[in-house]
Amino acid sequence: MFGYYLIIAFFVGIVSMLNRNRVVRILLLGLFLAIQTAITIYAYFHLNESNTIYFKFDALGVIFMCVLTLLSYTTIYHSFIYLQHRKDSSRSQSIYFAALIILIIVMTCAYLASHLGIMWVFIELTTLSVAVLIYHERTPLSLEATWKYVFICSIGITITFIGIILLSIAIQETEITNFSFKAIPDQLLHVSASWLKMIFLFMIVGFCTKMGLFPMHTAAIDAHTVAPPPISAFISTTLMNVGFISIFRTYSMFAHTSILPWMNMILFLCGLISIIVSAAYLLKVNHLKRMSAYSSIEHMGIAAIGIASGGIGYFAAIFHMILHSLVKASVFYQIDQFHRNFRTYMINETGNYFKRNLPGAMVFLLLLIAITAMPPSGLFVTEFWIFKALFTSGHFFILVLALFFLSIAMYSLAKNFLYILFNQTKNLLPAEEKPNPTETYSQYILLALVVYLGINPPAGMINLIKDAVINLP
Amino acid sequence: MTNILLIAFAISLIYMGIANRLSTYINILAVQGIILFGVSFIELIQINTINLIFILFETIVFKTIAIPLFLNYVIKKNKIVREAEPFLPDFLSVVIITCIILGSFILSNIITGVHIQKMFFLVAISALLSGLFIIITRKKVVTHIMGYLVIENGVFILSLSTGNKMTMLVNTGITLDIFVSVLVLGVFVNRIGNTFEEMNVDNLTNLKD
Repeated sequence: MFGYYLIIAFFVGIVSMLNRNRVVRILLLGLFLAIQTAITIYAYFHLNESNTIYFKFDALGVIFMCVLTLLSYTTIYHSFIYLQHRKDSSRSQSIYFAALIILIIVMTCAYLASHLGIMWVFIELTTLSVAVLIYHERTPLSLEATWKYVFICSIGITITFIGIILLSIAIQETEITNFSFKAIPDQLLHVSASWLKMIFLFMIVGFCTKMGLFPMHTAAIDAHTVAPPPISAFISTTLMNVGFISIFRTYSMFAHTSILPWMNMILFLCGLISIIVSAAYLLKVNHLKRMSAYSSIEHMGIAAIGIASGGIGYFAAIFHMILHSLVKASVFYQIDQFHRNFRTYMINETGNYFKRNLPGAMVFLLLLIAITAMPPSGLFVTEFWIFKALFTSGHFFILVLALFFLSIAMYSLAKNFLYILFNQTKNLLPAEEKPNPTETYSQYILLALVVYLGINPPAGMINLIKDAVINLP
Repeated sequence: MTNILLIAFAISLIYMGIANRLSTYINILAVQGIILFGVSFIELIQINTINLIFILFETIVFKTIAIPLFLNYVIKKNKIVREAEPFLPDFLSVVIITCIILGSFILSNIITGVHIQKMFFLVAISALLSGLFIIITRKKVVTHIMGYLVIENGVFILSLSTGNKMTMLVNTGITLDIFVSVLVLGVFVNRIGNTFEEMNVDNLTNLKD
């Protein structure tokens, strides 16, 4: 079944690259969404079945696949709006949508890969396909950002590959070497600790480029700045989820070896420094998209700390990633509308958004509540669980530091959002067009979903997340 | 014999530190491709023909012929000045690369517990770090790709030391990925050449807070 999905979906992607007709494009995208939805539903009902040797519908993959499929609808819808307003040629629209379709397919494969090497291949492919999308506007700035993104990600993924080779050296003494995630942990039990530490370091540094964690967070920030807003929404949600999944799977692979406490320390460091860095930059940032990107880095830091603190932290980290995806995607969808209203992303050149676009301003206000994890936002629940896990595992120092820098980040976010909403600057440029309230519906729906999932998470989702963390200590 | 080839590879890294002209860099990369072919030929001689053809394709066709030609094309097309323009004096580069090799030597002797061919490990880690060093200290965008290729060569050496554990399909995927990423990087270098007057990293500093 998964093989059929791959073939048909890739075929749709290629046809949509060749097609120049608008109606056919809409039909193709509809067909693709139908296929994507069908495979997601199929995966949900065939949990833990492996269709091919290299892919398996495991709980962790299926969770994020659902998020991806949900966000594909909104991202394709907002891409249409974005391209319509830019008046791009039919050719560049075709390239855009073909790259988007391929990106969604390779992300699905990266989620579901059950073999370390295959996961690596598809993660590298996400870099290449998203590069086309980042470069869509064809400006010198987008060229610079794309170059940096592709280059840093390629180096990062190469470093990961070194980790994988070292892993294969470590397990070559066992009789049958098998690189599926299920088989690796048993083969690692008699590998020496120093060797395991080295492997883990190499692998984690590479995957950090995708997740946007501390040592390699810079590439993602620049990519966010210049990418079309619907694509920024993808980069900071589903693509960061790819990084999260890879780090989570790596962590689970090593979780039963003797280096678990050391590994937790490394993740604590990555997470905490990510939070500190993002809080520091949030204080001075003036570009709305960069601000949202730094806020994503901060949330990735929280998720990393969640994994490292163990216990309920595992559960909370996955839950946090799901909710963060929904919130952050709506931020970027709204930023697109915001940009068309002000024709700039610079926060200090804007203001009084409430007067100019009431539905959009309401979205920003609700997003501020959601993203700073104030109740009733679902992120409040997950962050609360993560801090609880920190508390029960006795990491008070990290807890205090994280809370301190989170409150700085919260202050900066609130300051900037409220400036946009209420600042009474005169002499602003008039809005280009009358704001269209229907464009905000998707954000209201996603926000309602965040609140609902936080307050009353459906049993199916809870079981999936529990299933994903069942093997961890 | 393998050891001699690997040492030659390490020397080529040091030579890269003092090389001035871009064409020298390309020649070094081509020579490294031949060395890699030699090493893999000796190491994997008993493995089946398909693997051998695959390795031959990867080292000779890809690393020794295709990439150097492609880089030459990029340099000619964008009329890049011939010098590499390092930020550091040559002498310092050589000292640092030597220190890197020395450091990898010490590291490979410290690590215990796993049976590993020390020579491969040493050269691979030196290539990784020297590649990163070249990327950091050279001004031109095209030299960054060369640094990336040096890292790739190091990875290739390391993967030789494992024998052949990954299945064919995975190997193919990895090779294709690397090939495509080099192509993509090359395309973007061309774009940078068209957009900016000079292809220096100084042009790529506009994105900041």
